[in-house]
Formats: sequence, C-alpha cells, structure tokens
Amino acid sequence: MNSKLGRWTLAVAAHLALLAAWYLFVRFGEVPKFVMPSPAATLDALLQPNYNWWGNIAVTGTEIFGGYLLALGVGVALALVFTWSKTLEAFFMPLLVSLNMIPKVALGPLIIVWFKYGVLPNSIMAFSIAVFPILLTSARGLREIEPELLDLVRSLKGSRWQLFTKIQLPGALPYIFSGMKVGAILAVAGAIVGEFLGSDKGLGYLMLQVQVTLDTPAMFMAVLLITLLGMLLYGLVLWLERILVVKDARLA
Amino acid sequence: MHVLPERNANQGPPFIRLAGVRKVYGDHLAISDATFDVLPGELVSLVGPSGCGKSTLLRILAGLHPHDGGEVRIGSPTHPFDPSRDVGMVFQAPLLLKWRRILENVLLPAEILGLPTAQSKSRARDLLALVGLAGAEDKYPYELSGGMQQRAAIARALVHDPKLVLMDEPFGALDALTREKMNLELLRIWKEAGKTIIFVTHGISEAVFLGTRVVVLTAGPARMADNFEVDLPRPRTLDMKTQERFGEYTRRVYRLLGLE
Repeated sequence: MNSKLGRWTLAVAAHLALLAAWYLFVRFGEVPKFVMPSPAATLDALLQPNYNWWGNIAVTGTEIFGGYLLALGVGVALALVFTWSKTLEAFFMPLLVSLNMIPKVALGPLIIVWFKYGVLPNSIMAFSIAVFPILLTSARGLREIEPELLDLVRSLKGSRWQLFTKIQLPGALPYIFSGMKVGAILAVAGAIVGEFLGSDKGLGYLMLQVQVTLDTPAMFMAVLLITLLGMLLYGLVLWLERILVVKDARLA
Repeated sequence: MHVLPERNANQGPPFIRLAGVRKVYGDHLAISDATFDVLPGELVSLVGPSGCGKSTLLRILAGLHPHDGGEVRIGSPTHPFDPSRDVGMVFQAPLLLKWRRILENVLLPAEILGLPTAQSKSRARDLLALVGLAGAEDKYPYELSGGMQQRAAIARALVHDPKLVLMDEPFGALDALTREKMNLELLRIWKEAGKTIIFVTHGISEAVFLGTRVVVLTAGPARMADNFEVDLPRPRTLDMKTQERFGEYTRRVYRLLGLE
C-alpha cells in the first residue's frame, strides 16, 4: 500500500469506518439522543433555522482566520527583527520564552475586560495562543545557517541583504511552516475558548446555548463545523507549503 | 634535488607568498611559522592532523580571518588577484541549497557578485558538463548522490572564474571508492580549468597524489613542518600509488606526523 491511490483509499476508509462505528454504537447500543446522537440526527441539527449556522460559522471563521493571520504577521515580523539585531533578540527572546509559559487561556477573562465581547477579543485570544510557536520556530529557522555557507557568502563579500534573501529566508521557510501548522491548530482552540469565556456569537457560543437545552445533536454539529474550519486553515497552510517549499526541505 | 613539475616551470613570481604567518585565538596558537610560496596554477596540498591549523590557514587565504603575524600576499603583476571575486570555496559538505535546482545552486556566487545572468548561466552549464553533471541542471540536490553533490559544489566554486580555489577536505565525507574517483576527477578539472588550488586534507596519500606540492602542518604545537614538491609525472594515475617514489613521499609525511 505504498501507492498514492492506496494511501488515499485507506485514509477515506478510516474515516468511513469511524462514521460506521458511531452509527452502529448509537443504533444498537440504545444510547439516548441527548448523550450521543446518531450521524443522521447530527445532520438534522443543521435544519434548525434559529441556530443561524451560517452566521455563526462566519463569526468563528473570522476569529480563527483573523487571529491566525495576525499571529503569522507578528510572529514572522518579530523573528525577522531578531535576525537583524542580536541585541534585540538577546533582550526579548528570554522574555518571550517566559511569556510563552503563560497559559494563554488564563488571559481570557482579562482580554474580555480589555476588549469587551465580540469578534475582536476572540481573535486576540486566537492570536495570543498561535503567535508563539510561529515566532519561536521562525526565529530558530532564521538562526540555523551553516557556518560554511556564511563563509562562502563572506568570501565573495556578499551583503547581509544577499545573505538574508538568498540563504537565510528560504532556508527558514520549512521552519516557518512548521510553526504555522502548530499555530493553525492552536488558533482554532483559542477562538473557541474565547467564545466560551464570553461572547454573543459564534459556534462556541452556540454550543453553550444548546447545552442548556441539552440539544446534543447541535453540539455535535458545532464541533464538526469547528473541526472543518480548522481543517480548512490547516489545509491552506499545507497547500502553501507544497508550493513554496521543495519536498526535501520540508520538516515533518 | 627536486624538479619543478613541468607546468609550473619558469612562471616567474609566486601567486601566493606566505612568510612566517601566525594566527592566535586567545592564548591558543592556531598556526605558526607558515612559510611557503604557491606558483600560479599549482595544486598545493595542505596536510596534517586535526588541530594543525590547516583550515585556519585556508580561512586566512579566503580573507575570512585576519592573520596575527607574518606576511600573506596573494597575486602578482602577471596574475592579479581581487580578494572579493577571485576566491572559490569547496567544503567537506556540499552545502547545496536544498530549495535550488543544481544550475541555480552553481549560479549562487555569480548572483552574489552581480555577474551578467546569461553569461553566467552558459558558463554554469559548461562547468556542470566539466564536472560530469551534464543533464542534472534541473534536478534538486536531494536527487543526487553525495559524490555528485560535491561535483556540483566544485562547479559552484568555479562559476565566477576565480583565480584561487580553496578546498577544505572536500572528499572527506565520501566513501573510499568515490573518493579515489573524485581525486582523478579533480585532477582533470584542475587541468581543464587551470586554477590555483589549495587542497586541505588529512589524507596523506591523497595529498601526495593530488599535489604539485605538499605542505605538512603538525599539531601541538601548531606549526608548518615541511614543504616539498611532488615530482611525479602528470597526468597522475592510480597505479602511481604503488610506485616506489610515491611511497617515499608518503613516508616522508608519515614520519613528520610521528606515524613511523
């Protein structure tokens, strides 16, 4: 099963198998609907018009993608600043490592105090949790340069800009993408936690609403939709990596 | 008495002159009393154990490190030398850029120096043919074997037509068989390209086999111990390694390095 087609078949089969197991468990396990709804009941939840699915998807999607793009911009920009100034790096890097230790979720109540309810604080939550892996791996990637390559450029009296554009930045891309992948997963979690803590829109908010009425199928559907949003973001990152990074240079 | 190899006879002033060169890192003496001349077009082997300062000497010649004493002069009226564009370097690892195709990798020095693209490209193609990589222009480094990657690295060191090529144990990471093959290839490339080459190695047999001249460095204390011309016919062939004279040269180095 090494062929591409074979691997795809197996991947699809695994997902279908999980779906089948879920269906059989609910069907024959006589599990009450409020504990675990069947796949069909979950799908039915989409028909509830008063849950405003599309609107909530748009809100949560905006929070995830907005926070993520901000994290990407800020993370890579800071990493770039650090490669240009060793002093700035030596000053800020230990601080950032310490700040990274803060459980970002614990900042939630504060963020709400500072930015009120809504899309902005939840985007900031997503940002705060996604920015560190992107920054730290990018900074590492930009630092990792073979000393001999440095010698090669210096022996030709190459400029720092040439070193940066021809060697450092393309060499750091695999690392940046590695951080982007971790960040993508975290951004989704950040946005949802934000919505749990205080919000009046979004899929996470909807989950809290339907929890009160024990509408478990709608909760299942919300989780599914959040997962799909995450997969969309992750897939976009993978797609970009495929275009920009040569196969051999990609990090796992 | 030693006779100069034919290709170097009557060539006037040396291309490189080192006189009493010293380099100190803190209180560690990295190299002392390095004194030898290199004629234009020579292939000089620098041989010695780890820590003898041979790589340090190479970096001084590359203009990467200042020296702390003595004289380093590169270039002569007949063979002028521009330190910013007349050095080509090859290292133990090929150090090709993974994200560039082979041709683009070879072009790197030309890009850094801002040489005209079309001319450099055609020169890079010629050089890839010279090192036996015709047809690999559009491959990525990972598609080539270690030996082939090192060939590309040699082409890269030649693309800007430098007068001096510095090689730091370029075949040290290759398997023995590939290494023998690359030695012969290097001699061929050297003959075709007509460059002055400084070849750092810890392989004594390799040093003698390749060099028009062998400079022996010893460690603890780091100093230059010998400098002799290798009077073996050219082109060199592998069966010379079994000849008496080849053995004399290698024994001479072994003795200096305390191995005999």
